[in-house]
Amino acid sequence: MPLSQSPSQNNAAQENAVPNRDPTEPLAIEARGLVKRFSGTLAVDGVDISVRQGAIYGILGPNGAGKTTTLRMLLGIIDPDEGVRRVFGQDNPHEIAQLIGYLPEERGLYPAMKGVEAIAFMGALRGLTLAEGRERGRELLINHGMEFAIERQIRQMSKGQAQTVQLLGTLVHRPKLVVLDEPFSGLDAINQGKLERMIRDLADAGTTVIFSTHVIHHAERLCEGVAIIAGGKVPYAGSVEAARDRIPAQVRLETRSREGAWLKALPEDARREGDFFHFPLPETGIESLLKVLIEGKAGIQTLSIERAGLHDAFVHIAGEAAARALEDGTMEDGQ
Amino acid sequence: MTVTAGAKSRLSIWQAAFVVARRDFTAVLFSKAFFFFLLGPLFFIGMIGAGGMLGAASVENADPPKLAVAMSGPDSEAFIAAHAELAELTRLPDLVTGPDFFTTPTEELLSGSESNIAAVLTGSLNAPKLTGPDERIENWRGEVALIAARALADNGAVYPEVALDPTVSSVASQRSNKASVATASITLLFLLTMLLAGMVLSNLVEEKGNKIIEVLAAAIPMDAVFLGKLFAMLGISFVGITVWGSVIGTILLAGGESLPPMPEPGVGWPLFVALFLIYFSMAYLLIGSIFLAVGSLAPTVRDVQTMSMPATILQLVVFFLVTFAMRDIGSPVELFAVIFPLSSPFAMVARAAQESTLWWHAAALGWQVLWVSIFVRAGASLFRRKVMQSGPRGAKKRRGLLRRKAAADA
Repeated sequence: MPLSQSPSQNNAAQENAVPNRDPTEPLAIEARGLVKRFSGTLAVDGVDISVRQGAIYGILGPNGAGKTTTLRMLLGIIDPDEGVRRVFGQDNPHEIAQLIGYLPEERGLYPAMKGVEAIAFMGALRGLTLAEGRERGRELLINHGMEFAIERQIRQMSKGQAQTVQLLGTLVHRPKLVVLDEPFSGLDAINQGKLERMIRDLADAGTTVIFSTHVIHHAERLCEGVAIIAGGKVPYAGSVEAARDRIPAQVRLETRSREGAWLKALPEDARREGDFFHFPLPETGIESLLKVLIEGKAGIQTLSIERAGLHDAFVHIAGEAAARALEDGTMEDGQ
Repeated sequence: MTVTAGAKSRLSIWQAAFVVARRDFTAVLFSKAFFFFLLGPLFFIGMIGAGGMLGAASVENADPPKLAVAMSGPDSEAFIAAHAELAELTRLPDLVTGPDFFTTPTEELLSGSESNIAAVLTGSLNAPKLTGPDERIENWRGEVALIAARALADNGAVYPEVALDPTVSSVASQRSNKASVATASITLLFLLTMLLAGMVLSNLVEEKGNKIIEVLAAAIPMDAVFLGKLFAMLGISFVGITVWGSVIGTILLAGGESLPPMPEPGVGWPLFVALFLIYFSMAYLLIGSIFLAVGSLAPTVRDVQTMSMPATILQLVVFFLVTFAMRDIGSPVELFAVIFPLSSPFAMVARAAQESTLWWHAAALGWQVLWVSIFVRAGASLFRRKVMQSGPRGAKKRRGLLRRKAAADA
């Protein structure tokens, strides 16, 4: 049954929601027109997201853009004021809580609990028996080189160790959908690398992974699809490739000759920086221009065509202000 | 593997509540805070017990209770002589007699305050009769039979049957005793609910501080979190009551005769204890629901403390209302206290202490169960809607301020 449309839906988001998606492909998450207000302030304004099962999907935006509120609505932690969401076809995500694992942005564990007990408790919340949770918790901790944490209290662990324990607790019941809110925040480079590998392994095993981040590189490296969120709206939701394709590739040309008739063949928006010219790849391609340059004896030293990155796409889609906010957030976390 | 639509997999609300309750119960039970929670009232009980025992012992040492011998002249003399012989071998009640005791009415001897007469012995050596307060004459029955037997035959081989004639306290005195039980029970109920509601609130505050609440909210319905927390603390309170009850029981057993006899509540002690526990559960569930709902509304830990103040004042008002109303059972104020949901458990405990009618309790419990269900549902609903809109924002704000301060310091 198709989801109904909300009147406050963002048209741009509608167009971009799921480009090139096979309509028969099973979805892990489908949300339309999600709206949330807190004390009259619009926190999320008409968010549309579709995530296919088994995908790694990123929700990309600066701090305060509405990422956490969106995730909370998707998971049923809070209900949207408008719009609908479905997780594995269920309107109420709590009905399938055992299929979902969630790592909130505000990490939370009981400080007096031992590592293995914390994992077992999180498993118990998702339907495991305590004994099973303890057994799996012990196994997970050993496999992640944290045997010492089995009997150690959370309060005696470093922030990174406690965060890993919570992440393992998120996965202990072997969920089919894993939702991670700013999972890389607070981790050092080595642990970020480990987490990236873990996310890839989960996806390889058929688990859908959704994570929010304000660090573009993580989304670019890991995600098949992204939703760009800024000011509570989603101006783009779709594949990373399609986002990058929104900006034409950039041509970088270095010539030996400084003058000549060939200069007239360059696009009007080409800009010169020393011996280099920068301009967007012409819609007709580079071949015709290349012919003119050779015939005009421009003396091509180097010629490179660079595809736009997700960062450029973000600036193009969300605007300079959102990009600056994103960078501020990134800098705050030291990434 | 494709996950198909419609596949449900979750814990039921009661299973989820059990997971939360089990965690909270064990965490509190093995915490230092619980040790002090147990120790505080124990210290209080111990002090009262020790003080009471010392006081009673010193009163008895200064002027111990006496048995007035009011038999005929020869019997009295023989009884006193036998008492003197046996007193060297065993502990016996002190005796008092007088030339006019035989002719003086028993009630007059008992009401005289000068000799501290606790019971009066009349009749004959063959058929002695003890008159006095129930527990006292029951305690002295054996000693009187022993002395009388010694006085009769010199060898103590035949023990005469001692007739008991318990004195009936005045209606006013009985009512006053029952009112004391009612007041003590209401005070205990108030202290327990106050302590427990405070603990459940601190527990919620701790979870807001730990940010664990979002993990719970994502996994299970918030109603289950609410119920789990509420019932975990009820379980904790029963552990506390069991420990405190055991200590009180031990003190009573150890104190024995030196402690004054406890007045009987209207419905009798066993039923009264059972009703007290049930009414305590009702009172706690009602006020605990309010405290948890208040806790969910507060955005920060500091706000929780401020916002719980009206609920604490409400508890105090209920306490004073019931303490006032219980003096006149059936009065409009007392009936209001019985009907008003928050005061109903307190008012009914007072009734159980003072009156023996049982159907009131069946009706009141039905009424209270209805209100507990309304309060828990309303509290859980408010908790579900509000608890996730608070907490992290306050924490973020503080972190931001600290960060700015740190930057400024740098």
